[in-house]
Amino acid sequence: MFILHEPRRVPGDLAMWFFILAELTVFAILILAFAVTQVLKPEVFAQGRAQLDTSTGLAMTLSLLTAGLLAALAVQQVRLGRSRQGCALLLGALLVALVYVWIKVAEYAHLAGSGLGLEYSTFFTLYWVLTGFHFLHVLLGMVILGWLAWRCWQRAYRVPGLSGLESGVLYWHMVDLVWVVLFPLVYVIR
Amino acid sequence: MRSANPYLKFQSQAVAKPYFVFALILFLGQVLFGLIMGLQYVIGDFLFPLIPFNVARMVHTNLLIVWLLFGFMGAAYYLIPEEADRELHSPKLAIVLFWVFAAAGVLTILGYLLVPYAALAKLTHNELLPTMGREFLEQPTITKMGIVVVCLGFLYNIGMTLLKGRKTTVSMVMMTGLIGLAVFFLFSFYNPGNLARDKFYWWWVVHLWVEGVWELIMGSMLAFVLIKVTGVDREVVEKWLYVIIAMALITGIIGTGHHFFWIGAPEVWLWVGSIFSALEPLPFLAMVMFAFTMVKQRRRQHPNRAATLWAKGTTVTAFFGAGVWGFLHTLAPVNFYTHGTQLTAAHGHLAFFGAYAMIVMTLISYAMPRLRGIGEAPDPRSQTIEIWGFWLMVVSMVMITLFLTAAGAVQVWLQRWQVDGVALPFMATVEHLQVLFWARLVSGVVFLLGLLCYLYSFRQRARVVGAPAAIVY
Repeated sequence: MFILHEPRRVPGDLAMWFFILAELTVFAILILAFAVTQVLKPEVFAQGRAQLDTSTGLAMTLSLLTAGLLAALAVQQVRLGRSRQGCALLLGALLVALVYVWIKVAEYAHLAGSGLGLEYSTFFTLYWVLTGFHFLHVLLGMVILGWLAWRCWQRAYRVPGLSGLESGVLYWHMVDLVWVVLFPLVYVIR
Repeated sequence: MRSANPYLKFQSQAVAKPYFVFALILFLGQVLFGLIMGLQYVIGDFLFPLIPFNVARMVHTNLLIVWLLFGFMGAAYYLIPEEADRELHSPKLAIVLFWVFAAAGVLTILGYLLVPYAALAKLTHNELLPTMGREFLEQPTITKMGIVVVCLGFLYNIGMTLLKGRKTTVSMVMMTGLIGLAVFFLFSFYNPGNLARDKFYWWWVVHLWVEGVWELIMGSMLAFVLIKVTGVDREVVEKWLYVIIAMALITGIIGTGHHFFWIGAPEVWLWVGSIFSALEPLPFLAMVMFAFTMVKQRRRQHPNRAATLWAKGTTVTAFFGAGVWGFLHTLAPVNFYTHGTQLTAAHGHLAFFGAYAMIVMTLISYAMPRLRGIGEAPDPRSQTIEIWGFWLMVVSMVMITLFLTAAGAVQVWLQRWQVDGVALPFMATVEHLQVLFWARLVSGVVFLLGLLCYLYSFRQRARVVGAPAAIVY
């Protein structure tokens, strides 16, 4: 067990927290729109949800959460001065995130191939908008993870100059967090 | 040869002055045509057939765009050398482009006023590359090409300055905004015959300007002035700027969707447009917090009180005009009723004035005393007059907005809300709005007084006595 004696501080750059706040606000409104429309059109949503595979959703959730764990472990390694181990963990996170992308793209292809596109029903309009917007964030998050891995390989982060690394990993946690709300909302709730 | 101006860090910044002066002259013209139209709303045949309403409207809105462009260019010529820490690449090019742009602008406005629009189209051979006839983009094709040439020369000039000099966040954001301005203008050259498609390209100029790249220009101009008047660390200011531009771009670009509601685009835009544009007030709110926090944390008491007031004022007015009044009618179920009513006019007036007219005047207020070589700030009396101008313009513009909002609400009720057969046609509805239009006109006259007051504040000619030995840039 580590006992931390250093004063409590906010990890990462304050600007990143503001940015995350702005992003979460966008997602919050999207999620609210989805939830409210579900109440207004319960049948359309039940029919739409029946077309989705919950275990696929669960697999995506697990892959994103695993990537989040690996990224958090990477920060810990870099804090202990082990940049190369940090780099390896970040690459691991990237790889697991790639599993998410692979499943998501397969799901998108399947739905589009079945004619369940953007215009099929209100459920699918919102499904595509909500998960599509999140998907773009995953891609951006992966670019950031890749950049962080490269910087770790160069041993660019040294205590106490970890703000850049922490900010990048924070962004990834935000992407994780949003999906954790999306998964039950889109796939599970009946 | 004139002696060097001690209040300019780089002598080439002086090219900004003609841009600012001409911008304010055009602003005066814009307000006069606004008053003509305000009168035509209540006395329909006023000045007919000399200046028909549609021509007055075109001149009013085109002058707005052109004077803001002059203002942005002047601002760039002033702040880019100072940020890059070197002289402007070519002051001569900046002056040549000024005259080209000014001549093209004046000729175009004269064209609008002296010949019928169709004749102007014929005269300028619009048929070769038809681009005329779209709101805000009515300029003859040849003028549009002139604007492109001026923009290219301008971007080359400040780009070279930037490349050779210091690269700061403020100047990079400004440059990004200005490049975006030029790039998105190119959509105005494509004019599809299909009206729905036409609307897409039109909005990609108009919306991506005012709710996209212009916000970057505004943010960087605001940051520049705040660094100067508060002395707060550049690092702090830059962090704020990053947050502001990130929010502006997230909400603004996808927010374009609120223009695709009723033009024949797929239904998904009702959702996308409503949700993303609902967040468009955020960057403006961030700007308000930015300005007030910086002023609160200021390290020096800048003698130019008026410039500080403008900097704070522009953020608040922009937040209400662009943010709140925009949100008022941006949700699709609301916009279904309010689309194209006087509410749009209310929003347009307070947003353009608060965000863009006021940010240009903020920079002019800060830079003009230096450009004119009279000091860091005008004398206290001139500043008092300027502050009077500020308040007269802001308050009267708020009144214009409130009267137009009331007119819009009545219009929605009479013309849109009522079911078939009871709903009034447009011209019959307008009859019921006369009192509000008169009130708007009176507010417009007060606005003109405010502008004259502001222009009169430039009366001081001599240097401020007892100027400090060391000049802070």
